[in-house]
Amino acid sequence: MNFRNTISRILVIILMILPLTAQSEDLIMRRIAMGFPEAMNALQASIVKQDYRVSRVQRVDIGLTSSGYDTAEYRIVFFIRPDQLDMIETKHPHMIPFMPLKITIFAEGDDTILVTLNPLKLNEFFPDEGLGEQYAAWEKDIIEVLDRVQSEQ
Amino acid sequence: MYRLIIIGLGLLINTMALASHSGEHLYKQNCSICHGFNGNGGVGVPLALDAFLSSVSDDYLVKTIRHGRPGRIMPAFGKFSDADVEALIGHIRSWSNTPAPVYSNQPVKGNAENGGKLFTTHCAVCHGAEGRGGPGTGVTMSRPRSLPILAPALNNSGFLASASDEMIKSTLMKGREGTPMISFLNNGLTEQDINDLVAHIRSFEKTVEKVQPGIDLKDEPAVFVRESPYTVEETVENLVNAVESMNFRLIRIQTLESGVVEEGKEEKGQVIIYSCNFNLLNEALKIDPRVGLFLPCRVTVFQHGDKVLVMAANPKRMSDVFNNKELNKICNDMRHVYTDMLDEALF
Repeated sequence: MNFRNTISRILVIILMILPLTAQSEDLIMRRIAMGFPEAMNALQASIVKQDYRVSRVQRVDIGLTSSGYDTAEYRIVFFIRPDQLDMIETKHPHMIPFMPLKITIFAEGDDTILVTLNPLKLNEFFPDEGLGEQYAAWEKDIIEVLDRVQSEQ
Repeated sequence: MYRLIIIGLGLLINTMALASHSGEHLYKQNCSICHGFNGNGGVGVPLALDAFLSSVSDDYLVKTIRHGRPGRIMPAFGKFSDADVEALIGHIRSWSNTPAPVYSNQPVKGNAENGGKLFTTHCAVCHGAEGRGGPGTGVTMSRPRSLPILAPALNNSGFLASASDEMIKSTLMKGREGTPMISFLNNGLTEQDINDLVAHIRSFEKTVEKVQPGIDLKDEPAVFVRESPYTVEETVENLVNAVESMNFRLIRIQTLESGVVEEGKEEKGQVIIYSCNFNLLNEALKIDPRVGLFLPCRVTVFQHGDKVLVMAANPKRMSDVFNNKELNKICNDMRHVYTDMLDEALF
């Protein structure tokens, strides 16, 4: 084996290991130094900018308040791309309960917290679907969405 | 080839540079989410209390970051280098002018049995009879901000691995000003009593597995899938009745594709039934405000070829992402709610 081949093999191994060392976490969370309305607007705009469609916003706080409970603002934002939903419906129907994707957003004092399940966790739930690349793409997109919101604070 | 080598080395150098961020940056990215930008607390407990920083050693903070608090939300951060942890602690220490105390690792000798009696009388009211700690999270939704301190779980492997006997003794002797933790030396106990209490708390190491059991998820499916003997419309109607009979409020019935495809073009054979029990939700939010991942409660009816499938995500299967033992019980209860709902609707 010559020097070049050795170096290239070492580099390939390093490049394969690097993403693994950047440990993924089950929950992706961000604290945003913005009030809730501004953060909510920024989140929806960021989702759209990432080329996803916001399918619905569930106003959990309204339901709680109407039932007599005090709560800070608390909403769920659902989003997906139509072709992704179609792919899941057609080829992976038992994953439907996890679709569309969602981000929980709630106020905490003057800040706003964003939380979502890391899509890579779906690989643990559905290991035989061959969707590793899709889960990784969703993770990357969600991180970009949240980082964009954070960069606006 | 040389181009590949240059790109690879560039990536490597970039990654190494990222691995040596400042303590402030590391804190912002990893800790502020729960503890707040300035350490004022949130989902996590406040750290920027002078009484806290003046009573915990750097060794305690290092071990807390490394071990976390199993079952109490605080994760173990194995991903940090020693230099990262040192930088993080330097940032946390910048909130106080008081120097970090140093404690010996010598065990404190005391009578654990007598300490147990004292614990029941003086400590259990906040820390729980078995030292499980106070309920809920830091301040978010669990308690008023005027009561920022959550009584920590003492019967927790992360705490027991982090706190030395001397540190526990010092905290009992001096208390933590500005928190409900009083000085027991100033409130009627002798130093020997306090030694006995420390011995009792240390004896939790023998019971910690019982108090802090792991959750067994190996046989838990991620999704419950049942085949309905009814049409889609009949199945939806049955599920609505089941939702109401289980004291859940029906929120909405919609197609899966609602809001995703053009209105009127949604596939009608895919229906989501959303419901909620707001009393249960209110309790869950006090325990962990991140439970939005489960919300709203949802059952999906799906026409798949000539079959009608009914599906629901299994909350118990997802419970391990929260590292919150209190939440595990609610997830388990919700698991049974879903299976009962499906049983009732598909009978």
